[in-house]
Amino acid sequence: MQSAVDLGRAGLPSKMRRMPHRRAARWLVSAAVFVALFALLPLAFIVWIAVQTGWETVSALVFRPRVGELLFNTTLLVLLTVPIAIILSVALAWLTERSDLPGARLWAWLCVAPLAIPAFVHSYAWITMVPGLHGLWAGVLVSVIAYFPFLYLPISAALRRLDPALEDAAAALGLGPSRVFWRVVMPQLRLAICGGSLLVGLHLLAEYGLYVFIRFDTFTTAIVDQFQSTFNGPAANMLAGVLVTCCFVLLGLEVLVRGEERYARVGAGAARSQQRTNLGRATMPSLLLLVATTLLALGVPFVTIGRWLIAGGAEVWRLDEIGLALGQTLFLSLAGALLATVAAMPMAWISIRAPGPLQRLLEGCNYIVGSLPGVVIALALVTITVRIALPLYQTLFTILVAYALMFLPRALVSLRASIAQAPVELERAASSLGRRPLNALWSTTIRLSAPGAAAGMALVALGIMNELTATQMLAPNGTRTLAMAFWSYSSEIDYASAAPYAFIMVAMSLPLTWLLYVQSKRMAGR
Amino acid sequence: MSFLEIRGLHKHYGPVAALAGVDLDVASGSRTAIVGPSGCGKTTLLRLIAGFEAPDQGRIVLGGEVLANGGAAVPAHRRGIGVVAQDGALFPHLTIGDNIGFGMGRGDDKRAERIVELAYIVGLDKAILKRRPHELSGGQQQRVALARAMAMKPRLMLLDEPFSALDTGLRASMRKAVAELLEAAGITTILVTHDQAEALSFAAQVAVMRDGKFSQVGTPRDLYLKPKDRMIAEFLGDAIILPASISGGFANSPLGRIAVDTNDSRDVARIMLRPEQIGLKRTSREGMSGTPDMLFGEVTESEFAGSTCMIAVRLLNNADPPDAAAIGNTPLILRKSGMDAPTVGEIVRLTVSGKAHVFV
Repeated sequence: MQSAVDLGRAGLPSKMRRMPHRRAARWLVSAAVFVALFALLPLAFIVWIAVQTGWETVSALVFRPRVGELLFNTTLLVLLTVPIAIILSVALAWLTERSDLPGARLWAWLCVAPLAIPAFVHSYAWITMVPGLHGLWAGVLVSVIAYFPFLYLPISAALRRLDPALEDAAAALGLGPSRVFWRVVMPQLRLAICGGSLLVGLHLLAEYGLYVFIRFDTFTTAIVDQFQSTFNGPAANMLAGVLVTCCFVLLGLEVLVRGEERYARVGAGAARSQQRTNLGRATMPSLLLLVATTLLALGVPFVTIGRWLIAGGAEVWRLDEIGLALGQTLFLSLAGALLATVAAMPMAWISIRAPGPLQRLLEGCNYIVGSLPGVVIALALVTITVRIALPLYQTLFTILVAYALMFLPRALVSLRASIAQAPVELERAASSLGRRPLNALWSTTIRLSAPGAAAGMALVALGIMNELTATQMLAPNGTRTLAMAFWSYSSEIDYASAAPYAFIMVAMSLPLTWLLYVQSKRMAGR
Repeated sequence: MSFLEIRGLHKHYGPVAALAGVDLDVASGSRTAIVGPSGCGKTTLLRLIAGFEAPDQGRIVLGGEVLANGGAAVPAHRRGIGVVAQDGALFPHLTIGDNIGFGMGRGDDKRAERIVELAYIVGLDKAILKRRPHELSGGQQQRVALARAMAMKPRLMLLDEPFSALDTGLRASMRKAVAELLEAAGITTILVTHDQAEALSFAAQVAVMRDGKFSQVGTPRDLYLKPKDRMIAEFLGDAIILPASISGGFANSPLGRIAVDTNDSRDVARIMLRPEQIGLKRTSREGMSGTPDMLFGEVTESEFAGSTCMIAVRLLNNADPPDAAAIGNTPLILRKSGMDAPTVGEIVRLTVSGKAHVFV
């Protein structure tokens, strides 16, 4: 009788449908909460240190001319680099996606390829080619070259996705081609431009090696200097605090500018394929732009590395040393990638299967921490281990945790995209066939999202392989990764001995960059 | 003197000929529908008229102004031709109001007023103007697209299957509303559709398109009752096609002696009747006897579908069959009112009203 009454209630059937899911969900939510809380540790420590240090010391450390100078440098760098990179990327993306430029596909790949070269290798290439290069404009030049693909990728993907019917509609309403571009195409690129600019901005704040080469001081270089001279003093921590604030300003700006508009295609049906604009007499200048970009972004590093390799001859290939560095790098990259992917799994699952306010909050934590410069995370972990858990200081565990925190968003994005493609019905079918919830999850969704997880792991591994700052500060004594070896040789101005390491890093990154390129094509539906 | 004049239009995409010589005349202020199966080239024709693409060959002249001649073409934004696309193609980054006002000058001080007026004309509430396209239903999006196209007072309006995304009930009422609205504004209109009922009810002139060419152009009534060939006949509606011999304005067919729309004489011809020309009267087997010149049939299938009922009738006697064996066993498929339809097994008397059409 009771059950009959209950069945009559509207709420019950849906509750019953969720039943087989519930235990798995609870388990995954706890895991995600744990990961998010753990990720917040570095931030919490910066706040805690500030409180502990006391306001007077904090203000004495923060409000001083040196900080003002660094702030000025960093702000100027961002304000100059980002707009130039946006203009360059929009032009390149339009040429490769929407014009009849000869060899468009090859150029598109060449516009992504600079990502395979670590920023400090770009800088190394420039400084050995033009030794006098230094200061703000040098910083802007190398930064644009090293980071514009972060803008080019989302912008070209967005251009590919645009519905050409909108441009036709605007033309029929009396708008000429250039006004169509400004009033219809550009507004729809806004999301891509915002996202890409944020990424570039965060990299500018976080990069260390690039700016050391060309003797341009930013917060990150100052923090590392401070750390090297006074180890874990409050001065370094307070600089990190200001740097974190800068990151938050960028994140906030991006949210403001992005707004809440929707740029998806309205209406049903497949979009028509786009027509490419005939460049006509503009073909030569357009080709020239692409050739120049490629020469600067790929030609300079490759020529420099090649030149040093030739100059160094067989002597610079100290195989035992290189082999050791390669082995250590591969081990750290794979272990870090595995940890980051496992840590991202619960979060990714929740964000697709059980989205809600809690999920958005947890995800936000992960993204904010992931956007912090490596130097900040490393400094926080140094502080934590030295003060609370000294045995963990400079251990494999700590460095892997740092990697996981830094690169979690990369793993999360890939995982989420692939879980979204594994229909929940399969999980339910497995449950109804008698699998226990976690088992059902394993045999359906996790299996199906394996390719996405692998892609995410590859991207994390790429990040770790080229990571320098956190590795230097946290890795166990005796660790010497490719990036560290490269760095120590080039610091000693032994550019020839550094060249093999640069070469290996680039050679190993190229396939992963190709993966990134293919992934962005697929996301645009091609 | 026609307002829009199209002569010998050709367009190729690689080896595929999308348009293979199209001629069309559209009178000022009239409505024309272009109908054809998907892939017949009708959307390509529309895109050429709109100026989104240039023809390989042929001329497009609008109101005496040459818009395209061979490869040379006036670009779309200088043509003053309104387009309403299949899904509306509203700008997702703009509000409804800004969508409608998109083609107007931004400094125009009467802009806001005009937007409200246009929204009213297409039957949209003023409150909707602040919303975004994705918040609107399909029908509302189409109205916005129409208002947006009308805002620039086009000389010619092109509708590219604008009703096909709407559900059946809404489709008919939207079609009527749009037809009346454009008529009132005096805008010459071309509608492209794959739906024959839509084409016949919307336009004064209908062009049937197939394989990149017009196979027939005429008034809806002419096309429906006097199609040029069997394919057009069946594309525009159900058709009963019979072998017959014709002479002196009459045909001898499996359905007896039927008046035809020609005075030609031919021994072998094909005639066409629309099912609604055939009337059914209930009778019985006894009623059949002693009336040799009448035509009787037996209902073999009856499929109830609400307002209509589909009935299959097998002929029991043919008056004078040229190839009776072939036709005798093929039942006639008729659509009748669902109210009082005969049931399976009943005997009916068949009568033919109007004239049958003879295929050339």
